[in-house]
Amino acid sequence: MADSPSSGSPVPPGSRLRTAVEAVGEAVLAVGRRGAATVRFAGEMTVVLGETARWIARSLLRPGVRFRRDALAAQMVRVGVRSIGIVALVQVFIGIILVLQLAPTLESYGQIEQVATVVAIATVRELGPLITAIVLSGFAGASIAAEIGAMKETEEIKALRAHALSPYHFLIMPRFLATVIMLGGLAVIADVVGVFGGFMTSWLVLDIPPQTYLDITQAALDPTDYLTGLFKAGVFGVLIALIACCEGLNVTGGAEGVGLATTSTVVKSIVALIGVDAVFTTVFYVLGI
Amino acid sequence: MESDVVISVQEVVKTFPRADGTPARVLDGVTFDVHRGETIVVMGGSGCGKSTLLNCLIGELPVDGGRILYHTARMPSSRDISGMSESELNELRKHLGILFQSGALFNSMSVADNIALPIREHSSVPARLIETIVTLKLEQVRMLEHRDKMPSQLSGGQKKRVGLARATALDPEILFYDEPSAGLDPVTSAAIDELIMDLSKKLLVTSVVVTHEMDSAFRIADRMVMLDRGRVLKVGSRADFEALRNAPPDTLTRHEERLMNQFLNGYGRGPLTDATGTSEFERLITAG
Repeated sequence: MADSPSSGSPVPPGSRLRTAVEAVGEAVLAVGRRGAATVRFAGEMTVVLGETARWIARSLLRPGVRFRRDALAAQMVRVGVRSIGIVALVQVFIGIILVLQLAPTLESYGQIEQVATVVAIATVRELGPLITAIVLSGFAGASIAAEIGAMKETEEIKALRAHALSPYHFLIMPRFLATVIMLGGLAVIADVVGVFGGFMTSWLVLDIPPQTYLDITQAALDPTDYLTGLFKAGVFGVLIALIACCEGLNVTGGAEGVGLATTSTVVKSIVALIGVDAVFTTVFYVLGI
Repeated sequence: MESDVVISVQEVVKTFPRADGTPARVLDGVTFDVHRGETIVVMGGSGCGKSTLLNCLIGELPVDGGRILYHTARMPSSRDISGMSESELNELRKHLGILFQSGALFNSMSVADNIALPIREHSSVPARLIETIVTLKLEQVRMLEHRDKMPSQLSGGQKKRVGLARATALDPEILFYDEPSAGLDPVTSAAIDELIMDLSKKLLVTSVVVTHEMDSAFRIADRMVMLDRGRVLKVGSRADFEALRNAPPDTLTRHEERLMNQFLNGYGRGPLTDATGTSEFERLITAG
C-alpha cells in the first residue's frame, strides 16, 4: 500500500504505527481474497458437478444421447488400471510400517496378535481409501488437469462448443465417472494388499502364525467397515475429479498455466481429501458406525 | 433487417474488467450487416477487438449491449443470439462452421475422426455414409492422403485445411475464419485463401473472416469492415478499401482515412504510431 498524502489519515506517512497498520490491513485483505477465491472455486466445482450429473442422467435416460462407453473405458484404463501397480506398492509398504510400528507397544501388553486387528481396521476404514486417493490425485488428477488445460489452451474445448458439443459430455463425464469408479476398485485392491503386507510382516518378522492372523482379521472386520471405506473412496473420487476438471478448465497463460494447474490440483486434492476424511471420521465416530 | 442479411450486428458493446476493476470497452457500438453469400473481412490491428467480436458472433462471449441478429435459412425469423438458450444456441451452431486460428483439431483423434465427429453426433447418418462424407470433405481441402494421421503429424497449414474440412462437415450456412493465414508462409497462406474462395463458391456459404493480413484480406473479400479500438471505422466494398489504400496519404483529409491508409499499407509512420513507432493502442495498454 503506497503512502498517500491525500489519505487524510491522522497517522503521519512512514511512521512505524502506520507501517504496522498497513501490514495488518494487507494481511487481512490477502486472507479475504484467498477466502473469496476458495468460495469461487467451490462454486465452480458445484457447477461442474451439476452439469456432469445432468449429462450422466441424459446419457442414461435419453435415447439420442450417447453414453460414450469407449471414452469411459479408455479413461478407466488410464486412471485405474495404470495406477494398480503404484497403489499396491504403496499399500504394501503401509501394511509393513503399521505392523512394525505397532508391534513393540502391543508386545508390551502381551497382545502382539492384535496387530492384525489394527492393521485390518486401519487399512479398510481409513488408509486404503485415503492413501489410494492421495496417490491417484498425483497420478491421475494432475494428468486430467494437464490434459484439459492443454485442450483449453489449444482451443479444443472452444471447438467442441462451436460444434454444438458439450465439453461436459465429451471430456468431463468420462473422466469423472472413471475416477469415481476406479477409486472404488483401487480402494478394494489397496485393502487386500495392505492387509497382505501386514500379514506377511507378522508371519515373517513377528512369527504370528498365518492362520491366527487371518482368523483375527476376519473377526475384526464387519460389513460396516467395508462400506464406510468404499463410501469414502467414492467421495474422494468425486473430489479429485472435480478439482482436476475445474483446474483444467480454468487454465490460462499457456504452458505455465498448465503447470500451475497440475500443481494446484495435487495440493488442493490432498488438503480436501484429508479434510473431508477428518469430517467423515468424526461423523462416523459420533454415529458409532 | 433486410431479407438478404444473415447477420446484423447492431451497436454491440463488450467490456472486460481491467486489473483495477474498472471496465474497458473492447467493442464500442460495433454495427454492420453480413449479406447472404458474401465474404466479409473484419480487419484491424492487434487488440482492436476482432477476436472478441468473433467470439461474440459465435455465442462464445455474451455481449454487454446491442444485438447480434441471425436470420439463416433454417431460422426464418431473425433472432438475437444473446436471447438464445443454450439449446437454441447449439441448434444455431450446427449451421455455423468455424475455423480456429490454430485449427483446434482434437489431438486424441485422427484426421478422419475429427471430421466425422460432428456428423456422428448431430445426425443419424450410417457409418458407411459418414466415411464417404469424410472422404469428400478431405478431397475438398486436398488432404485425403492424410486421413489416418494424427494432428500432431501435420504442419500448421495442414491443420488449418483439416480444420476447414471439419468446419464444413455439417454443410454450414455461415463459415467463420479466425486469422486463417496467421503463422503461415506466403505460399501456404495464398493456398488457404484460394481454398476459402473455392469453398465459398462451391458450398455457397456466407463467410466472415477475421484477419490482419492485408494481402489475404484483399484477395478474398467482397466487403470489408475496419475496426480500431473497438469501433468501426469503415464498412465498404473491396474496391472502396483498395481506393483508400492506393490514395497518397497527403491527399487524405480525414483522420480516420489517414489512419486506415497507414494500416492498409503497413506504413511504420502515420497517425497510428508516433515517432518511436509505438502504436496508439500499445500506449493505451501501457497506460492501463
